[in-house]
Amino acid sequence: MAGRSVTRLIRQPAMVIPSVVFPLFLLAVNAGGLNAATNIPGFPTDSYITFAIGFTFIQSAIFSTMGAGQALAQDIENGFFSRLVLTPMRPSALMAGQLAGLILLGQFQALLYLAVGLAAGAHFAAGVAGYFVLAALVSVISIGFGGIGLIMAIRTGSGEAVQGMFPIMFVLLFFSSMTLPRNLIEQDWYRFLATINPVSYLIEAIRSLFIWGWDGEALALGFGIAAVLAVLSIAFAARSLQGRMLK
Amino acid sequence: MNSAYFSSAWAVAWRYLHNLYTKPAVFIPGLVFPLFFLAAFAGGLSAVGDTPGFDYYDFTAFQFCFILIQASALAGVFVGFTIAGDFEQGMGRRMMLATANRSALVLGYAIGAALRLIVVWVIVTGVSLLVGMSIRGDGFDVVGIYTLAFLANVAALFFSAGIALRFRSLQAGPLMQMPVFIALFLAPVYVPQALLTGWIEPVAKVNPVTALLNGARSLMAGEPTGILAAYGVAFALIAVMAFWAIRGLRKAEVAG
Repeated sequence: MAGRSVTRLIRQPAMVIPSVVFPLFLLAVNAGGLNAATNIPGFPTDSYITFAIGFTFIQSAIFSTMGAGQALAQDIENGFFSRLVLTPMRPSALMAGQLAGLILLGQFQALLYLAVGLAAGAHFAAGVAGYFVLAALVSVISIGFGGIGLIMAIRTGSGEAVQGMFPIMFVLLFFSSMTLPRNLIEQDWYRFLATINPVSYLIEAIRSLFIWGWDGEALALGFGIAAVLAVLSIAFAARSLQGRMLK
Repeated sequence: MNSAYFSSAWAVAWRYLHNLYTKPAVFIPGLVFPLFFLAAFAGGLSAVGDTPGFDYYDFTAFQFCFILIQASALAGVFVGFTIAGDFEQGMGRRMMLATANRSALVLGYAIGAALRLIVVWVIVTGVSLLVGMSIRGDGFDVVGIYTLAFLANVAALFFSAGIALRFRSLQAGPLMQMPVFIALFLAPVYVPQALLTGWIEPVAKVNPVTALLNGARSLMAGEPTGILAAYGVAFALIAVMAFWAIRGLRKAEVAG
C-alpha cells in the first residue's frame, strides 16, 4: 500500500505541484510585500523571509491533508477500497500505506523550501542538526493533518467533501501568527484567535529554528501539539475505518 | 442590436441570478471570502500601518480598496465558472441555438455578474464601516472607487469567459482563477508601492492591477492621483479581454 501511495503521488504531478508551488508563491509575495514590517519595533528579525518561511512548511502540510484524503476518497468512489476490504489487510496497514506518500512529499517539500529559503536570503539559525528536527516536526505534522484528511475521506467517501475542507483549513492558516508575531498583533480579537489557534504554535516552532536556533519552549509546544493532533486524528481515522469496513 | 438581443441577454442574466441565489453553496463563498480577507488583512496586519513610511491615513481603508477590487474581480471569475458549467452540462449549446446573436449570452452573464456584485459591495462596505473604516473622499471619489471595481469585474469576467468558452469544462477553473489571483497579489497589497522591496517592486510597477489599486486608494483618501492611468488601464484591459471573450465565443460556435 505504501508503494502504491508513493507511486500514485509521483504519477500525478497535478496533485503534487499545487501543494508545492502555491506555498512558495505566497512566501515570495509576502516576503516582498511585507518586508517593511521588519521595521516595526520589536519585530524579531530584520529579514521577513526568515520570519515567514515557517508558515510555508505548515501551509504545504495542510494542503497535503486534502491530497491524502482525496486519494482515499478516490479509492472509495471507484470501488478499490471495497476490494481491499475483502483481503485480510489490517486497517492500520491501510492507513500507514496511505500516509507513506504524504510523509515522503512532506520531506521533499521540507528540503525544497529550506533550499529555496536559504537561496532567497533566509537564515537558518539551528544549523545542520536543526534540519533533522525540522524534518521530524514536518513528518509529525503531515501525519496529523493527513489523518484529518483520512477521517473526512472515510466518513464521507467523497472527494468533493474532502475538497470542501479547504476553506476551513484556509481560515485556520490565516487566523494565526503567520504574518506577524502574536505580541505585535494590535487587534485584541485577532490576537486572541491566533493564541487559541494550534496552527500558530506549529508555525512558531518551525520559525524558532530559523530565527533563534533552539527555543525549547517553542519546540516543545510545536512537537506537543503536532503529536496530540497526530494521535487523535489517526485514532479517530482508525475507528472510522473499522466502521466503514464493517459496512 | 434589437429588443430580442436585450431580451436574450436579460433572460441569461435572470437565469444566472436565479441559479445563484437558490444555491447557497455557490453564492456564499463569493461573499465569505472577501470578508475573510478583510478580517485577516485589516485585522491581523494593522500593525503594518505603523511601519515608518506608511503614510496612508487609515489601514482598514487601505485594505478595503484591495478587498473591493479583489472581490469584484473574483466575482467576474465565478461567472466564468458558471459559463463553463453551463457548457459542460449542455445548457450553453442550447442557449446558443436559441439566440441569434450569441454575444447576447456574454452580455447576459455580464449583467448577472454586475447585479451579483452589488450584493457583495453592500456587505463588504457595510462590514468595513462597522469596524471603523473612515472615508476621506467625497461622493464623486466614492463613485470613482466603485467604478474602478466594476471595471475590474468586467475585465475579469471577459477573461474567464474567454477561457470558459474555449474549454467548455469546469476543469478549466484553475486557469480562470489562478492568473487573476496571482495578478492581484503581485500588486501592493499590504503596503504602499513606495515601501515594496526586492523582486516584487519592479513586478508591481508593471502590473496593471497596481494602477487600479493606487487609483482607488487615492480616491478613498480624497487626494486623487493617477486616476487617468487607472481608468486607462481598466478600459485597455476590458478592450483586450472583450476581444478574447468574443474569440472564445466564436470557437464555441465552431465547436457546435
